[in-house]
Amino acid sequence: MTEWLGPEEWQAVQLSLKVSATAVAASLPLGLLCALALAKGRFPGRQFLNGLVHLPLILPPVVTGYLLLIGFSRQGPLGALLEPLGISFTFRWTGAALAAAIMAFPLMVRPMRLAFEAVSPELEAAAATLGASRLRVFVTVTLPLALPGVVAGAILAFAKAMGEFGATITFVSNIPGETRTIPTAIYAFLQMPGGESAALRLVAVSVTLAMGALLISEWLSRRIARRVAA
Amino acid sequence: MIAIHVKKRLGAFDLDAVFEAAPGVIALFGKSGSGKTSVINAVAGLLRPDAGRIEIDGALLFDKAARVDVPVHRRRIGYVFQDARLFPHMSVAKNLAYGGTHDRDRVIEMLGLAELLDRRPAALSGGERQRVAIGRALMSDPRLLLMDEPLSALDAERKAEILPWLERLRDEAGLPILYVSHAASEVARLATTVVVMEAGAVKRVGAVSEVLSDPAAVGMIGAQEAGAVVHARIAGLDRIDGLTELALSGGRIVLPGRLGSLGTHLRLRISAQDVILSRDRPVGLSALNILPAEVTALDEGPEGVAVGLQCGTDRLLARVTRRSARVLGLEPGLRLWAIVKASAVAPQDVGGAV
Repeated sequence: MTEWLGPEEWQAVQLSLKVSATAVAASLPLGLLCALALAKGRFPGRQFLNGLVHLPLILPPVVTGYLLLIGFSRQGPLGALLEPLGISFTFRWTGAALAAAIMAFPLMVRPMRLAFEAVSPELEAAAATLGASRLRVFVTVTLPLALPGVVAGAILAFAKAMGEFGATITFVSNIPGETRTIPTAIYAFLQMPGGESAALRLVAVSVTLAMGALLISEWLSRRIARRVAA
Repeated sequence: MIAIHVKKRLGAFDLDAVFEAAPGVIALFGKSGSGKTSVINAVAGLLRPDAGRIEIDGALLFDKAARVDVPVHRRRIGYVFQDARLFPHMSVAKNLAYGGTHDRDRVIEMLGLAELLDRRPAALSGGERQRVAIGRALMSDPRLLLMDEPLSALDAERKAEILPWLERLRDEAGLPILYVSHAASEVARLATTVVVMEAGAVKRVGAVSEVLSDPAAVGMIGAQEAGAVVHARIAGLDRIDGLTELALSGGRIVLPGRLGSLGTHLRLRISAQDVILSRDRPVGLSALNILPAEVTALDEGPEGVAVGLQCGTDRLLARVTRRSARVLGLEPGLRLWAIVKASAVAPQDVGGAV
């Protein structure tokens, strides 16, 4: 694989995997919480939360990227807050992960939410009458029954993160070895004379990864239906 | 003592149920929509009353005035749902142990669960599922067991299979049970106390033999379902004709089939529509079961007259048309003969004694 891909291309693939894995792992707890709140919660501001979660899906990615840039630059409100702690996102791979996480968030939450909604409240009530606290009900009943949907959401988010372009390039630019992921690398190769073949190889990698992720998530979604019916 | 007062407005329906009962099997009995399930949901903590108080054997679970509302998982109330609600992703053994392992071996033995332990709920029959649900609730060591029509989703055969387990539970576990049902035969067979509910309110509380044989309760129970519960001892077995002779306090009756061994005590439900009344001792009748009785009470309803009878120490209930009541000149104190149709006692109406 390393011989088939050039060193720059291979670097982009590795970076993309690192950025996407980090994005999914870091946003998973918040994604679960949002999905659970949207599926089971009855609180004021639920519709607002729903809108907020879906916003990156509807906004032009360049807008999301620009908002991140404003928010997390050294002078920005969040950037200024995080800088004394030694945390910086601008023009770093962690910034690429942050952009990917935000862009992938709606895709992660949606299947998880549907899966949580499919878990019958009657079963959760039964668990409570058997002495289980809300946390134990979640860990032993809700989460296992919703697991295929949770995994599907994570995989979908991973695939989306692998392909994120607009917000990433706006927020953290296109720095080889730091923020040049597969899509930004393809873009860079296409700007270069004679870069088409490298771009095409990355396109092939991209298509394979995306297709694989979609197939796995489809297969898991079908399993959830069978499991809930049982 | 079980003391319950639940007040709750549910849309256009007003629930305001108050009753007290000694521990035992307390049947919440009434037509569907009378508020029975809402009452036990309130006891379990799954429904929060607008007002009221729930106390089980000295443990205060809810008191609006004193702002007590113990959360569901701390109430120690076992709940057997109509639809079992087993966890589909766990084996029977894991389902059973979910709420604890109190008296594990005895529960498994008592409910006959040993062969089911490795199976998944999807591979169980309806009756088996209910038995596992009962076992699961028992192993959580509850202070009270709630059962919401645990048999209604089952066919007659499965019902007949599970009823003896419930009788065993009543007789062996010594656990108070609040049992929701709209089937008089189940109530007659299992309950010690009956709480009759109608339109969200408690209409009647009393011992099972007293409430079910009360003519005034026929309207609440439903004319088809009405019937008294009597206690009987097997006094003779006729193997040639396949009959069982039962000694009641007021006389003897003969029923088809072998109902048990000699000397066994039974409780028997005799449906009101299967009791015929006669002023004179009938002769030349195919029915063999003729008991002397005295009219204790009459209640005229839209569908006829319910007649309460004293027969020895037992009470019987009969239903006659208004015209028959006039012709017979029925009035309290009248001595007459009650004829019980021998073929009329259904097998599900014969249960173990208490």
